[in-house]
Amino acid sequence: MSVLLFTIIVLVGAFLAGLVGSLTGLGGGVIIIPLLTLVLGVDIHYAIGASIISVIATSSGSAAAYVKEGITNIRIGMFLEIATTVSAVFGAVITVFINPNFIAVIFGIILLFSAIMMIGKRTDRSNTNESGGIGHFFRLNGSYPTESGQRYYVVHNVAGGFFMMFIAGIVSGLLGIGSGALKVVAMDNIMRIPFKVSTTTSNFMMGVTAAASAIVYLHRGQIDPVIAMPVAIGVLTGAMTGAKVLIRMRPDKLKVVFAVIVTFLALQMIYNGYQGRL
Amino acid sequence: MDRRKMGPNDKDLQIILGTLLRVGVVASMTIVLLGGIVYIVFNPTNHVNYANFHPHSAKYSSIGAVFSGLLNMDGAAIIQFGILLLIFTPVLRVVFSVFGFLIERDYLYASIGLFVLSVILFSLSNSLVG
Repeated sequence: MSVLLFTIIVLVGAFLAGLVGSLTGLGGGVIIIPLLTLVLGVDIHYAIGASIISVIATSSGSAAAYVKEGITNIRIGMFLEIATTVSAVFGAVITVFINPNFIAVIFGIILLFSAIMMIGKRTDRSNTNESGGIGHFFRLNGSYPTESGQRYYVVHNVAGGFFMMFIAGIVSGLLGIGSGALKVVAMDNIMRIPFKVSTTTSNFMMGVTAAASAIVYLHRGQIDPVIAMPVAIGVLTGAMTGAKVLIRMRPDKLKVVFAVIVTFLALQMIYNGYQGRL
Repeated sequence: MDRRKMGPNDKDLQIILGTLLRVGVVASMTIVLLGGIVYIVFNPTNHVNYANFHPHSAKYSSIGAVFSGLLNMDGAAIIQFGILLLIFTPVLRVVFSVFGFLIERDYLYASIGLFVLSVILFSLSNSLVG
């Protein structure tokens, strides 16, 4: 395939991945990787390298807007980055020693999990009960602006959340994705952070977490400029378009359609990995 | 509820970090796009084959290689330079946060930021590649 044709196909695919990723909240990375590997026959190591670049671009782009609005909790973000950067580097280091087919199977499982998380309703478990000692010591409790004034919240089970973030970081480094679904589990369900705060703080952390593993990928030659260029530009513009569309519509019905597509992609990844075709 | 108990006001830091992230993403992606155009214009008939991972055929797998490629105005090196800028945007965000926390005399969070930076620095060492 010629460079021009390849670039155009990847650009269109990445735009769609970014669009769907932002409409569903899944993120572009989990969609572009199956597209590159299953449809275009790109080796999964290159797909992972290109995907992590798009993760940095989209998460930093949207974090820029949220952090100014004061919704992001910078302290929670920086505190949990201790876990995610260490584990992301670890994941990026071990990924090359693992059979690509096994990586595809893990990827499929994470994708299935993300599809389930996507259609399930997120429940806000936040409250202002007294938090534990760690949350207090690290001053993680905070507030964010709402229409009816500042809303305060406290953070619970910091140790549990920190451990879950460690897992999320390994998955991110291993697969080249933002692993937003796992971060949501850690922040919404374990630490009981209000989800406006958890969504934006997870975005805020994603950039530096992805940067940590991207540097390892770069040194290993996994970031090929010819693939990374259309992937990063396509996913970013797709995600920006998705964010604009989201303001005008509620994508609840579309989510079911997307969940079916994502489930199909996930099963394809698992099947191909199981058959040893990747 | 007492405000200090719920965490200090970080308004200035929030605006600085938000601006930094936005400028970093826009600048780096513009360079990536320019590099892509240069690359395609000069290599339109190149064929691509990414069916297998060849770690040793990567031309720009270190910061030094990217800079020497830039001197030759190689499109792929320009793309990779944009990608490096993008990677270092969130890293620079951590550097700025450390200064911000130092100004607020929040030494606990300044040290947390320094720890995160040292992890990134550690990942810069080539020995991790395997």
